[in-house]
Amino acid sequence: MADELSTGAVEDGDEFEDEEVDLTTLDDADLRTQMMDDLYDGLAEEIAEGTKILLSRGWDAEKVLGDVLVEGMRIVGIDFRDGILFVPEVLLSANSMKAGMAILRPLLAETGAEPIGTVVIGTVKGDIHDIGKNLVAMMMEGAGFEVVDLGINTDVDEYIEALEKHKPDILGLSALLTTTMPYMKVVIDTLRERGMRDDYIVLVGGAPLNEEFGEAIGADGYCRDAAIAASMATELIAERRNAA
Amino acid sequence: MQPDMTHTVLSSATKEVVIGFDQPFVMIGERINPTGRKLLAQEMKNGDFSRVEADALSQVAAGAHMLDINAGIPLADEPALLAKAIKLVQSVTDVPLSIDSSIIEALEAGISVYEGKPLVNSVTGEEEVMERVLPFVAKHGAAVVAVSNDDTGISEDPDVRFEVAKRIIQRANDHGIPTSDVVVDPLVMPIGAMATAGRQVFTLVGRLRDELGVNTTCGASNVSFGLPNRHNITGSFLAMAIGSGMTSAIMNPLHAEAKTAVMAANVLMGTDANCSAWISEFRDPNTTGGRARSGRRRKRAE
Repeated sequence: MADELSTGAVEDGDEFEDEEVDLTTLDDADLRTQMMDDLYDGLAEEIAEGTKILLSRGWDAEKVLGDVLVEGMRIVGIDFRDGILFVPEVLLSANSMKAGMAILRPLLAETGAEPIGTVVIGTVKGDIHDIGKNLVAMMMEGAGFEVVDLGINTDVDEYIEALEKHKPDILGLSALLTTTMPYMKVVIDTLRERGMRDDYIVLVGGAPLNEEFGEAIGADGYCRDAAIAASMATELIAERRNAA
Repeated sequence: MQPDMTHTVLSSATKEVVIGFDQPFVMIGERINPTGRKLLAQEMKNGDFSRVEADALSQVAAGAHMLDINAGIPLADEPALLAKAIKLVQSVTDVPLSIDSSIIEALEAGISVYEGKPLVNSVTGEEEVMERVLPFVAKHGAAVVAVSNDDTGISEDPDVRFEVAKRIIQRANDHGIPTSDVVVDPLVMPIGAMATAGRQVFTLVGRLRDELGVNTTCGASNVSFGLPNRHNITGSFLAMAIGSGMTSAIMNPLHAEAKTAVMAANVLMGTDANCSAWISEFRDPNTTGGRARSGRRRKRAE
């Protein structure tokens, strides 16, 4: 009954409202479509169940991840970018993705499958804002990345320590304040001084930033929102691997 | 009393609504009330209830969680009219009802035909009224609105009104009605006539929540009586009242300003989980997302 209230007493013509789907009865193609919809709707339990069903039917973990979860989150990302989905909904989707990943991660590790990429991310020194950074981290996880989140108020030594430890493909720097965003340049300059700059793709983001600032401080990309961050990360890694 | 634990549960034959501090604000549709509606009064008196039916359906469609039913027509058989209106409304909608009359016989007539657990609107702190209304509320296991005035009238002092409300609750308890089945009406006066009307309510509602953990309701539209652009005043009043602890109101959900204010207040109070009601109301209807199907799948029952 609480649920009835929370969705409003009157549902406006939602014809599928009462539909209950038994995932086990769907063939692989329909199950994949259903799971992508469930990911879109942020139904974590259903994603976990669907993931298990696909695995039991002989799908390998990499295929479940790539064909279903990453593809589903890609659509979520597009609709978030286009203003069709909103932040609370994307968080629910990302959370559902995590439920699937929790099942897949040990299997992926066993098979030694190469992850799409690893990201080290943190809000820069002097800045304690982390909502945007968390959203980026969730979208990155949703896109299949391993994410190492350094939290807030991260100084350059902490970034470097994490880079050396985790050897990520991407370093993500976040700042919400005009007073803290110059620290991004400090981080990038320090990497350059130590000859580490070219080992990583550096992405920056945050409300006061823009493309121009990103270029001026020598970042590889400026991400306007969390969905773009995930897709840009995927593209830049692919470029780099193709070039190598 | 922990306020979060107070749940006033109302029901029809098939549907429950919960009023509580951890719940979305409950909108009780005000339209079925002939006071000030000449045409409706005339039709009801002549036995034409088509407008009652239409008002019931339109308010529920606009998002009313409950409906208030009032048949207060001068020189008419109010108990019979109220009973007839309740039966009719229950036959066309499944939302729980508030049975509204200042005539005790009409309340009794209404409750006797009602299916489910209604909100009886209302009992005052007047000695005779309490002793007549509370016994049949208790007998039917209903919930009751307690209006915070007594034999001495309506005090402008919120602390006096608090004491009246407290006394009604105690009396209700004496009759076997739990505090969770008492919903206090702090009495909303027109702000255009009394500048302190808003603050009186906010203060009283806050005390009722913090000290008694009791749910509250009010006739929200009253606050804006006589003012231009009045629905925006009503909306802001509702949002401020919700912030102070108000948990339901008799209001018009067809007025977008009032309804939107309530929905925004639910978001800000954290009772609209994941902002989902807000988003589905205000998402651009022309956008087509990337879902394969057009509906949303129901979450599995817990």
